[in-house]
Amino acid sequence: MKIVVCIKHVPARDSRLRIAQSGEWIEERDLSWEINEPDTYALEEALRLREKHGGEVLAITAGPDRAAEALKRGLAMGADRAIHLAGDVFNAADANATARGLADALRGEAPDLVLAGVQSDDKGYAATGVMLAELLGMPHSTLIMEVEVLDGRVKVKREMESGWFEWLELPLPAVLTIQSGINQVRYSTLKGIMAAKKKDLRRVEAPAAGSAGTGPAGTGPAGTSPTALHGLAFPSRTSRAEIFDGDGKAAAGSLWERLRRDGKLR
Amino acid sequence: MTRSGPPKADETPVSQTLPEALQSDAVVESREGERDVPRHAAPAGNGAPAGVQATQRAARRVTFQGVDYYDLSSLLTDEQRMARDTVRRFVDERVMPVIEEHYQAASFPRELIEPMAELGVFGANLPEEYGCAGLDNVAYGLIMQELERGDSGVRSFASVQGALVMYPIFAFGSDEQKRHWLPRMAAGQAIGCFGLTEPDFGSNPAGMRTVAERTADGWRLNGSKMWITNGTIADVAVVWAKTRGDEADGAGGVDGAGVGTIRGFLVERGTPGYAAPEMHRKHSLRASVTSELTFDDCEIPAANLLPESGGLKSPLMCLTQARYGIAWGACGSAMACYDEAVRYSRERIQFDRPIGGFQLTQAKLAEMLTEVTKAQLLAYHLGRLKDDGKMKPVQVSLAKRNNVHMAMEVARTARTILGANGITSEYQVMRHMNNLESVYTYEGTHEIHTLVLGQDITGIPAYV
Repeated sequence: MKIVVCIKHVPARDSRLRIAQSGEWIEERDLSWEINEPDTYALEEALRLREKHGGEVLAITAGPDRAAEALKRGLAMGADRAIHLAGDVFNAADANATARGLADALRGEAPDLVLAGVQSDDKGYAATGVMLAELLGMPHSTLIMEVEVLDGRVKVKREMESGWFEWLELPLPAVLTIQSGINQVRYSTLKGIMAAKKKDLRRVEAPAAGSAGTGPAGTGPAGTSPTALHGLAFPSRTSRAEIFDGDGKAAAGSLWERLRRDGKLR
Repeated sequence: MTRSGPPKADETPVSQTLPEALQSDAVVESREGERDVPRHAAPAGNGAPAGVQATQRAARRVTFQGVDYYDLSSLLTDEQRMARDTVRRFVDERVMPVIEEHYQAASFPRELIEPMAELGVFGANLPEEYGCAGLDNVAYGLIMQELERGDSGVRSFASVQGALVMYPIFAFGSDEQKRHWLPRMAAGQAIGCFGLTEPDFGSNPAGMRTVAERTADGWRLNGSKMWITNGTIADVAVVWAKTRGDEADGAGGVDGAGVGTIRGFLVERGTPGYAAPEMHRKHSLRASVTSELTFDDCEIPAANLLPESGGLKSPLMCLTQARYGIAWGACGSAMACYDEAVRYSRERIQFDRPIGGFQLTQAKLAEMLTEVTKAQLLAYHLGRLKDDGKMKPVQVSLAKRNNVHMAMEVARTARTILGANGITSEYQVMRHMNNLESVYTYEGTHEIHTLVLGQDITGIPAYV
């Protein structure tokens, strides 16, 4: 089976983030980058499925030049080949623009299964995989903890709240977003790192912003985002907490009153 | 909640809301006991269940981020960075959780041999045809740095296996020896040790007393070696001995030096007359095996001579390889100590403020960071020289001498920042500090490297 894994290149964990002068994004110059951690679980799951069922694992990313490193890391872990949908436009892209770019790039691939991490560690929309499914016309499920490929179908275990699970079956092809921590992600071996140099990493140029694109009506060309990020700010630190007295109903009433008074509810 | 696939006739219906789902045993189950790794959750509003999220982001592992004040990372190739990062993660996940216990128990973490081999650490800069990774020397150095960030004993194991046993077999061995030993050693199926130093001949190896006497079908070894890392657990020892009785057949070494030439021999575990008792009660490198090797009329076959070895320069070539790794490894120890001191200085409160806010502490940290950074640049450039085939052994002496001394100073200063806590097993600094006492002295003492440099500067040898 052909399994596609969507990977994102994000600032390394525990990076010291600073807001860029524009105020619209973080300062990227002094950052180091890594594969989005949730995507490593998706890649590991794909490699395990390949070991069990055979086939091919294709890693794909949409991002600026630097994002090729995420794919090299994916190839070093064991992916068979990779596609880099390259363009600076994807650095600022929202989930919709990224999903449209990925969908365009994947149409010719006819994957049996598309896996993505549950969300990205930088923007955290948790929407790219879901939108990609819609654009590819595939069923999807999110927060997946177990994947079992059956004949033409996939049985998945999905995490719900408070420690409960849900089992679902989907027809293939399908898109799954993989919950973090469901497997032990393998190490890239040193031999794997060297072998990755010889694997196929195809660069596909993203259409320039403003050019005719293939996005659904009303969303503009691929790579342009229907949403705009207008500013970033660090959350203000406060040590103040307020506890509403009374039973649940009374406390809820007090909370409602307070939120309305503070203009948080309209 | 999205449900995408059409339900099968025999499938229990899936509830659309939590209260219903909770009532249906067929489709939901408790995760009790299954959740041992922190998970991420989607933010609310995208169809993800809202209740899961509170626990998700908690308890992310604190991982070692490295010390890279001069952005050396940007000079590395993708392969070099990936090699560093995969070993760094391995040390975080596999070495750090067990190393202090092994150090206290004075035991080598043998459970790490197999995973280190799977990673490809042993002889990582040797060619792929022998089952090795074929990395360049900068990548190899970064691997040594990361291993020693964990513990000098773990790095020593890898150094001996790769640079002191696999390298001489690769450089001086026959095709048969290479094909037999290198893939096994890369896979961790065979462990090696290197016997040069003797009880009475450390800095002066030319005076060694171990003798290999020519016999009808091989060699007879007599003598002893000391301070041999991995000795007791080794399957094969590369032993250096002076030959005797080989004048007639001209087997006196490739340099034609004839009788008394130092040559290398492969001595296999279990050979009669060969023993490798472990040396105990060390205060340093406690998570590493240190042994004595004894040879008592130990007969070895002619095929176990390293045919291309000849003269003292052969073992010294091996030591140059290992020492190159030490120059990097010392950076790793220092990075670990510096990192721990910085973290501690931010958290430790005295006089109502973090001690990192005091000028004395800041001066120490600034000095440590400066020295670590200089040592890293030295190691990196040495690696580039080695990859270009331009590295001179005296340059390795300079780097080993500087970087190990630097690491000792950083470890000691870090200990002062940690105060009394610095002497406990809760922290790493004193383990590194004690380990470095050995590293300072092995593979050419600090003092001998000083004289090597002195001779290179003046042209006058000070030790003969």
